Amino acid sequence: MSDQLSGLVDRADVCVVAMAECFRGDGELLANPIGTIPMIGGRLARATFEPDLAMTDGEARLIANDEAFEWPGGKVVEHFNPYRQMFGWVWNGRRHVVMGGTQIDRYGNQNFAAIGEYARPKVQLLGYRGAPGNTINDTTSYWVPNHSPNVLCERVDTVCGVGYDRAGQLDERQRRFHEIRGVVTNLAVLDFATPDHRMRLCSVHPGVTVDEVQTATGFDLTIPDAVPTSRLPTPDEVELIATVIDPTGQRLREVPNP
Amino acid sequence: MTDKRCTEDEAVAELASGMTIGFGGWGSRRKPMSVVRAIVRSDITDLTVVSWGGPDVGMLCATGKVKRLVYAFVSLDTIPLEPHFRAARQSGAVEDEPYDEGMFLLGLQAAAWRVPFLPTRVGLGSDILRDNDRVKTVTSPFEDGEELVAVPALTMDAAFVHMNRADGRGNGQYLGPDPYMDDLFLGAATQRYLTTEKVIPTEDLSKEGPPQSLLISRLLVDGVIEAPNGAHFTSCDPDYPRDEAFQKQYAASAKSPEAWAEFRSTWLDLSEADYQAKLAADAGTAA
Repeated sequence: MSDQLSGLVDRADVCVVAMAECFRGDGELLANPIGTIPMIGGRLARATFEPDLAMTDGEARLIANDEAFEWPGGKVVEHFNPYRQMFGWVWNGRRHVVMGGTQIDRYGNQNFAAIGEYARPKVQLLGYRGAPGNTINDTTSYWVPNHSPNVLCERVDTVCGVGYDRAGQLDERQRRFHEIRGVVTNLAVLDFATPDHRMRLCSVHPGVTVDEVQTATGFDLTIPDAVPTSRLPTPDEVELIATVIDPTGQRLREVPNP
Repeated sequence: MTDKRCTEDEAVAELASGMTIGFGGWGSRRKPMSVVRAIVRSDITDLTVVSWGGPDVGMLCATGKVKRLVYAFVSLDTIPLEPHFRAARQSGAVEDEPYDEGMFLLGLQAAAWRVPFLPTRVGLGSDILRDNDRVKTVTSPFEDGEELVAVPALTMDAAFVHMNRADGRGNGQYLGPDPYMDDLFLGAATQRYLTTEKVIPTEDLSKEGPPQSLLISRLLVDGVIEAPNGAHFTSCDPDYPRDEAFQKQYAASAKSPEAWAEFRSTWLDLSEADYQAKLAADAGTAA
């Protein structure tokens, strides 16, 4: 991809496409991307290559709309989906969630409960929320809008979301539904497709170098000899995102252009 | 026919220091805040609070009412992190009993079904088993012999939930988007209270919404408290949305002891009637 062309693409749209790609192959499944870019990415996947995904309105309905946040023409409701039903999907193995994380380590362990010693934390955050249940029951991906060594760090202080080394200590039946599919950041796409499931750099976004990604990461990444550039959105995808899915440009506020 | 109507202060007079008390709702949504305010006015303390936490947790922490927190998260939704809860945790003022959200549901269900625990895969591999010593593992007694997590029953001495409508006997109706787990809180508690925007005759409940909106049965309720705007400042859709401006003011009051003292004297050291009158007067001034 030429620099001229990639320079015309919004970084946010590259992140949206990368997020959408996390859902490729999921078929008829509840895609539950939490956050601005993930929600847009999920909608893009459904509107293009994964038409059977089911998605929420962010509250208690599954809706068929392509719009991510506002539904001026009304919601097309497919299903009543209060919180207790959501746990039903998680435990039934029908969901692929995208979560955030204040800390994520090389094996995909994730923390958004508390920073520092748990008993008396330096910084109290949300709590465990649904991370233990999400990661042990279903496919999970992560979205990191601010790729830095504090977030992608050597060791998480509390394991909320279960990573591959922790899952590896369980017996086979206990870990049989565990999968961390990928990590999309504002700089790159990463996954765990290595022999011991250490985080691997898959692609860098246009304008980002491999060195920049490694410098912004608090542990040594597995880096292949050749690292491609992240897939750019097609003209059709750009139009769909800008005119239907996120017409007010929320994505651009979450990930401004560098 | 039993009329169960009472006031917040009468209900709180039945509580005692050291009790375990649950609050329905979710985050900053449909919280029985008029009861939280009544507890703040009372002299009871050392409470174990069970909640899908929002400002109920934060306000009780900030007023020194909490000994122990049983929760999966505490959040104000539009303000993701609850500042008064954070301050209590970071200063070591409260004991902490954390759960995953789904585990929390199972704990409430176990209590409502009067079994000591329910099994789940949730928690395996995570630090929940490090940080919550009430959570154990259990081996399936069947041929599979799989090791699972046992979530303890989250039984309570008292529970409070807020409904859009109810009759005087305790049949409660939610008209908003989500029932949350309010019925389970009442099933898990010994003393069970429902606050409501409006008490209406039983025969009018079906005019307000379909049968599936009748979430709470009078079989689960000991006291009914009519509390118009009682969930304020949390949302109580469709009756009213969250009062975001007020919530910002509440969150900002965590910035200093002086700011908290001012918030408390302005909004908490007064009766529920005066609180509502002051809100209405302020709204009149704004308009």
